[in-house]
Amino acid sequence: MGAVKSPVLIKKGAEANLYLADWHGRKAVLKKRVRKKYRPQKLDEQIRTYRTIHEPQLMHEAKKAAVPTPRIFLVDVKNTTIIMEHLEGKQVKQLLSEVSSSARQHLCFKIGRLIARLHEHGLIHGDLTTSNMIMNSEGKVSFVDFGLGDRSEELEARGVDLHLMKRALESTHYRFAESCFKSVIKGYRSVLGAGRLKSVLVKIKEIERRGRYVAERRQEESSA
Amino acid sequence: MGKMKRKTKKGYCLGIESTADDFSVGVSTFDGEILANVIDAYIPPEGGIHPREAARHHAEVASKVLREAFTESEVKPRDLSVIAFSQGPGLGPCLRTGATVARALAAYLNIPLVGVNHCIAHIEIGKLRTGARDPVTLYVSGGNTMVTAFDSGRYRVFGETLDIALGNCLDVFAREAGLRQSEGMPFGALIEKLALNGRQLIPLPYTVKGMDMSLSGLLTAATTLLKKGECKLEDLCYSLQETTFSMVTEVTERALAHTGRKELLLTGGVAANKRLQSMIRAVAEEHGVHFNTVQTEFAIDNGAMIAWTGVLAYEHGVVTSIEKSFVKLRWRLEEVEVPWVQ
Repeated sequence: MGAVKSPVLIKKGAEANLYLADWHGRKAVLKKRVRKKYRPQKLDEQIRTYRTIHEPQLMHEAKKAAVPTPRIFLVDVKNTTIIMEHLEGKQVKQLLSEVSSSARQHLCFKIGRLIARLHEHGLIHGDLTTSNMIMNSEGKVSFVDFGLGDRSEELEARGVDLHLMKRALESTHYRFAESCFKSVIKGYRSVLGAGRLKSVLVKIKEIERRGRYVAERRQEESSA
Repeated sequence: MGKMKRKTKKGYCLGIESTADDFSVGVSTFDGEILANVIDAYIPPEGGIHPREAARHHAEVASKVLREAFTESEVKPRDLSVIAFSQGPGLGPCLRTGATVARALAAYLNIPLVGVNHCIAHIEIGKLRTGARDPVTLYVSGGNTMVTAFDSGRYRVFGETLDIALGNCLDVFAREAGLRQSEGMPFGALIEKLALNGRQLIPLPYTVKGMDMSLSGLLTAATTLLKKGECKLEDLCYSLQETTFSMVTEVTERALAHTGRKELLLTGGVAANKRLQSMIRAVAEEHGVHFNTVQTEFAIDNGAMIAWTGVLAYEHGVVTSIEKSFVKLRWRLEEVEVPWVQ
């Protein structure tokens, strides 16, 4: 990592610190997963190492699915650090409340398409929030932060992924969460078709029912 | 409690809690002085909580618990100005028993009834007892596992379990291990005690998805290892705690980073666990956030929290007519408008 110049802390996230730095003359982001003292050291090292290795792999595979992600420059497993391209643009989290209603629906439609492409290629993002999506001045949307991602073809995993997107909209953009999620769904359907969309929607319903009071649900089912 | 009672003009609110295995009655003044908080826990002879059995227990102890609450608070039924009850979420038969008692009292005394959301009541009593004003709350119990904070008129859920609750996960494992709970020594406390002698961290599935988590796969893995008999029970309890607590702590940390709040509130039955407290405290310190944990009496399911939330709601014009007082088994806290905050 000797080539890194003048790193500046830009974000202290929950699991990693992000630094803006110069890497061989390029503007780069350093993502360093830091030690979490609250959990046992062994578990902490396992989690950080696993995510440092998997995140760039998934980002690379996302590109094959035509989902834009930052280019990876270097993976330093020992220091649980990833050096990647710095993306110019704005977080979708910010944009959603700034733009017009039609632009918002269009943006959500695009996001739905990107999610569908990931799923089509057996990829699960694992943390679909609007802070993990960046749009540049040309309207290109990129996904970042694949640290909680996974490879899976299962309906369950896809359902949870979309459910998380819905939940993120509801907790952060509650004013227009419903219309935004509808547009996401439309975009998703435009890639995967109505049939596959329907089975995912049924799965989401099931996931939502699961959340609370297992004993009660069993009872409801047995008496039904 | 009790002796310094001030008689307020507005009188008192009596709150009834019966969402799961506890039947409890609390009395609160309109200033938030808790005058009584009587809790009667149902301990099944074996197995888990059967909703109908628990409801029968509630019906049997209801009049005794009510009487104790009146005695302890030195409040007469005629002094009450409002009756609050937990309307959901929870187990149907249990909720219905509490609601029936509440309706009968309100009708007999001819005073208003207020249906309270159980999860919101946990947060409100936590704020009252700790002085927290606008916290991120981690609420972990036998029925619920969620990270929530207030925003624009409602409490929003940032993270929660995708399947079973943390307390449920620990309880089921304890039962599978043949542990027996007793009064004052619930399953969670038994596991905590065993975990203290655990040394070996056994790998268990660690499943965090965004700000949500999944615990059912981990429970299955832990139970399978238990049945194989190759691991020490102490090590399994230790690993179960370390892994699940790390997951809820990671999710809590995400919510803190996401919301930028400066206070953290830990509540629910599992909040009594010292190891969990130390993990959450560590995260709070790292982010320069004020850490609050609720005393066990007000962290477990209790009537005082219902009484106090009833006061808040009633003072802001929220009342529940008898026709609308049906119980809501799956009443999510985001559905509830909260006019009393800000």
